Amino acid sequence: MSNVIKLKTPLQVSDIEALRIGDIVHITGTVYTARDAAHKRMIDTIDRGETPPFDVKGQVIYYVGPTPPKPGKVIGSAGPTTSYRMDPYTPRLLDLGLRATIGKGQRGKDVIEAMKEFKGVYLVAVGGAAALISKRIKEAEIIAYEDLGPEAIRRIYVEDFPAIVANDILGEDLFSQGKEKYKTQIPR
Amino acid sequence: MRRIESAEITEQVKTMCIQANTELGKDVVDKLEDALKKETSPVGCDVISQIIENADIARDETLPMCQDTGFAVFLVELGSNVEIVNGSLENAIQEGVRAGYREGYLRKSICDPLSRENTGDNTPAVIHVKLIEGDKLKIVFAPKGGGSENMSRIAMLKPADGLTGIKDFVIETVERAGANPCPPIIVGVGVGGTFEKSAILAKEALLRPVGSKNPNPRWAETEEDLLKRINALGIGPMGLGGRTTALAVHINTHPCHIASLPVAVNIQCHAARHKEVVL
Ligand code: SF4
Repeated sequence: MSNVIKLKTPLQVSDIEALRIGDIVHITGTVYTARDAAHKRMIDTIDRGETPPFDVKGQVIYYVGPTPPKPGKVIGSAGPTTSYRMDPYTPRLLDLGLRATIGKGQRGKDVIEAMKEFKGVYLVAVGGAAALISKRIKEAEIIAYEDLGPEAIRRIYVEDFPAIVANDILGEDLFSQGKEKYKTQIPR
Repeated sequence: MRRIESAEITEQVKTMCIQANTELGKDVVDKLEDALKKETSPVGCDVISQIIENADIARDETLPMCQDTGFAVFLVELGSNVEIVNGSLENAIQEGVRAGYREGYLRKSICDPLSRENTGDNTPAVIHVKLIEGDKLKIVFAPKGGGSENMSRIAMLKPADGLTGIKDFVIETVERAGANPCPPIIVGVGVGGTFEKSAILAKEALLRPVGSKNPNPRWAETEEDLLKRINALGIGPMGLGGRTTALAVHINTHPCHIASLPVAVNIQCHAARHKEVVL
C-alpha cells in the first residue's frame, strides 16, 4: 500500500497543491454531507443572494445518504454515493472556495476544469465500504434541511477518513489514466 | 397439504432482511481475497482491502455493509402441497420487509417513480414466484442497490448475432458501466427465453455461488472467456484502474423463439447480498 497522506480540514490551497492522482489520504476534521436535493437548495439560496447553511470556503463536501443510526450511535452506515449527479452544482461551489468533494465514480469535464481553475480536488471513497467509514465518523449533527431525511445537510467530524485522490489541481483524472494503464489486449 | 403460518414467513423474512444486509457471503469474501493476491494496482489493492475489512466490521457489529440497503427482491419456490394459512404469501413477505427494514435500521430507498415520494418502509418488494412440486417453501432474498441495478441492460439480438453478439453486448455493458456499479462486480447474464424471462435468468444467475460454473461446458467456457476479457478492460476496483473489474461471470440460459435471441445483463456490485430459507 502506498504512503498515506494525512489531511486536516478546513483545507488550505497549500494542503491540496501537492496532492496527485492515486495518492491515498486520511482526512481528519469537520466535513459537510450533502447530496442531490441539498445541493439544489443550496444553489437556489446562493442564487437569491442569501447565505447558504454553511460557508463552503476551505471546506469538504461528502456525498452520502446514510442508514438510520442505531440507538446510541452518531450515524448509520455511510458510504459514498455517485458523484456525477452533483456535477451541475459543483463548479459553482468550487468558485466559492470549496476545496474538496468526496464521492464515488467519475466526474464530468466541467467539474475537472473547475477544479483546475479554482484549485480543488476530488476524492474517491470506497463505494460499499459504509460500515468501515461509519466507524471513522465521530460526530454528526444535522445543520439544515432536516425535512430531507437521509439527504439533510450534516456537519460531521471524521478521524482518518480513507479516500483516494481521483482528480488533482492539474486536471489529471485517475479513472481514465488508471484504465489506460491496466488495459490489456486479448485477441478475439 | 402442509400448512405454513403466514406469521412464520413474516418472521423469517424480517430476519433475512437484516442478515443479508450485514453478512457478506463467504463465497464473495473468498473471491475478494483471491483478487487481492492477483491485483497489481496499489490503489486497487487498497480498495479491495477496505471492502474485506468493511465486511468484517459489518458482520461483527450487525451494521449494513452498504448504506444502500437496496430494493427488496425475492425469488420464491412454492411447493404445490403447501398451504399458507392466516394470510397471503404476498402480504407475509411485504410485512417482513417492513419489519426488517425498521428493526434493522436499514435505509428506506423506495419511492414513486415521478413524484419521488418515499414509501417510507422500503415496500413494495418485488416477488418472483415459481410453482414447483413438493411440500416446501423456499424464499431467497436479494437486496439490490441502485448503483449496480442502474447499469444493467437488455438487448433483443438477432439470431445471426450468435455467441459473438452475446459476448460483445456483455462487454459493452460492463465497459459503459465503468466505475458506477462499484467494481469489482459480478456479471449475471440471461440468454434466451422472452424479453422478461431473460432478465429473470440474469437475476437468477447472480444468485449462484460466486465463481460456480454453468453445467454446460460450452457456456462454462464462455463465462471464463468473458471474465478474462472484462478484467482486461482495465476498469479495476472502484474504476480507478486495475485487473479486478469482475469477480465472476454467470450465464443462465433458456430456449428462445426461432426469431429471437434475448440477452439480459444484470450487474451486481461487490455487496452481493443474499440469504435463503427453506420452510
Ligand atoms: S453499487 Fe452496491 S456497493 Fe455500491 S453503493 Fe450501490 S449497493 Fe453499495
